[in-house]
Amino acid sequence: MLRDITLGQYYQTDSLLHRLDSRVKLTATLLFIISLFLVNNLWGYVMAAAFLAVCIRLSHVPFRYMVKGMRTILFLLLFALVFNLFLTPGTPVVRLWKLTVTKEGIRMAAQIAVRLVLLIIGSSLMTLTTTPNHLTDGLESLMKPLKKLRVPVHEVAMMMSIALRFIPILMEETDKIMKAQIARGADFESGNLIQRAKAMVPLLVPLFIAAFRRANDLALAMEARCYRGGEGRTKMKPLVYQRRDYMAYAVLLLYFAAVIVIGRILPI
Amino acid sequence: MALKLEHVTYIYGADTQLPVRALDDICLEIPDGQFIGLIGHTGSGKSTLVQHLNGLIRPSQGRITWNGRDIWEAGFPKKELRSSVGLVFQYPEHQLFEADVFSDVCFGPNNLGLPREEVQKRARRALELVGIPEALYGQSPFELSGGQKRRAAIAGVLAMEPKILVLDEPTAGLDPKGRDEILGQIAGLKKETGISVVLVSHSMEDVANYVERIVVMSQGHILFDGEPRQVFRHKRELEEVGLAVPQVTDILHRLSAAGFAVDTDATTVPEARDTILKALGGKWDGPAAGRGAMGEKEKC
Ligand SMILES: Nc1ncnc2c1ncn2[C@@H]1O[C@H](COP(=O)(O)OP(=O)(O)OP(=O)(O)O)[C@@H](O)[C@H]1O
Ligand SMILES: [Mg+2]
Repeated sequence: MLRDITLGQYYQTDSLLHRLDSRVKLTATLLFIISLFLVNNLWGYVMAAAFLAVCIRLSHVPFRYMVKGMRTILFLLLFALVFNLFLTPGTPVVRLWKLTVTKEGIRMAAQIAVRLVLLIIGSSLMTLTTTPNHLTDGLESLMKPLKKLRVPVHEVAMMMSIALRFIPILMEETDKIMKAQIARGADFESGNLIQRAKAMVPLLVPLFIAAFRRANDLALAMEARCYRGGEGRTKMKPLVYQRRDYMAYAVLLLYFAAVIVIGRILPI
Repeated sequence: MALKLEHVTYIYGADTQLPVRALDDICLEIPDGQFIGLIGHTGSGKSTLVQHLNGLIRPSQGRITWNGRDIWEAGFPKKELRSSVGLVFQYPEHQLFEADVFSDVCFGPNNLGLPREEVQKRARRALELVGIPEALYGQSPFELSGGQKRRAAIAGVLAMEPKILVLDEPTAGLDPKGRDEILGQIAGLKKETGISVVLVSHSMEDVANYVERIVVMSQGHILFDGEPRQVFRHKRELEEVGLAVPQVTDILHRLSAAGFAVDTDATTVPEARDTILKALGGKWDGPAAGRGAMGEKEKC
């Protein structure tokens, strides 16, 4: 039941995007998101969408699979949409009971919706094509300059990778405990809000205990293998840029320049 | 009151790149009052199978009937089924959550909507059956020892008074003493109440002494289904799928291969002793001598 959440999960297959260096993908995602917020006309969004569509094609991840994960954030999207539609001041267009829809509101809502959808698909494309390990390796490497400012880059990256690694484990654990309690007659699906909140206790207590037990085990296992933080630690598989990575950077810069020129200078 | 699986197939992650066919065309009937051992190597699909028995997961293909009625048809009373088929998960102690042992055991019967007295009566009986002393009723379940936790969790399911009790590896991670105690209590419970018990395990040794029927699984299929002595005749096939026959059966098979006229169907130590004595033609008589004989013969 919980397995339907595909947001932030890795999709195993082989494609150009999967093989790209994780630093390229991180940079690309960041630039893509920035471009979404700099653009303010239709053509810019068309270009961003086209760029994303090409990337999706290259990733070999079925679009259907991606969209399935989006369902969970549909609520957030609707929320933002409704708020912008009704609460933006400006020239009124339609009047619904006490609420007015304004021209500016429609434009704002459309913009927010497009931005959010592109942003979420764009960033989930990165997590779908990059294993958590590569992701944190890339982050650690990109954040290396911060070490000079005494930011514990390695430790932060390690915490992130552990957190990412724990998501599926905890999901599995939740599934198991839920089933065990259902087998004892628990009911998570019916009743009013208070009853439902109460029904979560038999799920949450064992889940927290399991999380602490796992964390404790992991800490012990790491200590037993002499883990002592980032100082002098080398990588088994260091990140090395290939030719395709440089080409990807070039394409990325091209896209960024083009989208800014088109998205900010053209009218509409 | 029978539970029946007809051509049940289950696939994990059917819409992903790597679908796993965990069950493949399983046909199985669980009649009243039978003690069944479900055996299979790691990953053979035992846990997946038992979750079908009380409708926790829905078969990809095939159907499951309880008293002739499909449990997945619209309007089927799932809660009733779950109280009739009690499922104890692997490591059931991980589901404990209440502040004290007694309330935790009450959770199941409470969910059935029974009156308070009945709930407490059932909880008391269940705790007695698994041998938890009254002094521990008020303790936090997290302060119990591993074996006690396990038994308290089993009591939590027993308190629902199921007609079929399914236990997924109830002895995993326990020491030999804890293992024998729990298995002994389950056997006693079966005798006392006459319910059906399905005991999941990957150790033949564990189940051979208790069950009257063994179902062997391998890679999602049922490989053998029958009385222990029938199943143990397939020593070679069992070893091929990563299982071992009980040690006594193994010894008898070896003796037989070495030319002794022993009955290889014996599954327990006393039976084995008798047949070995017979094969040796009364040279040794009396139980004390018998034990010595076995020790000697093991060497050859
Ligand atoms: N939640 C799941 N998602 C995907 N595959 C699963 C899941 N649970 C089990 N499987 C797969 O299904 C197969 C059967 O697993 P199952 O847990 O039923 O085996 P088992 O016989 O209980 O093993 P064990 O003795 O280790 O408990 C295995 O190949 C396993 O990898
Ligand atoms: Mg299992």
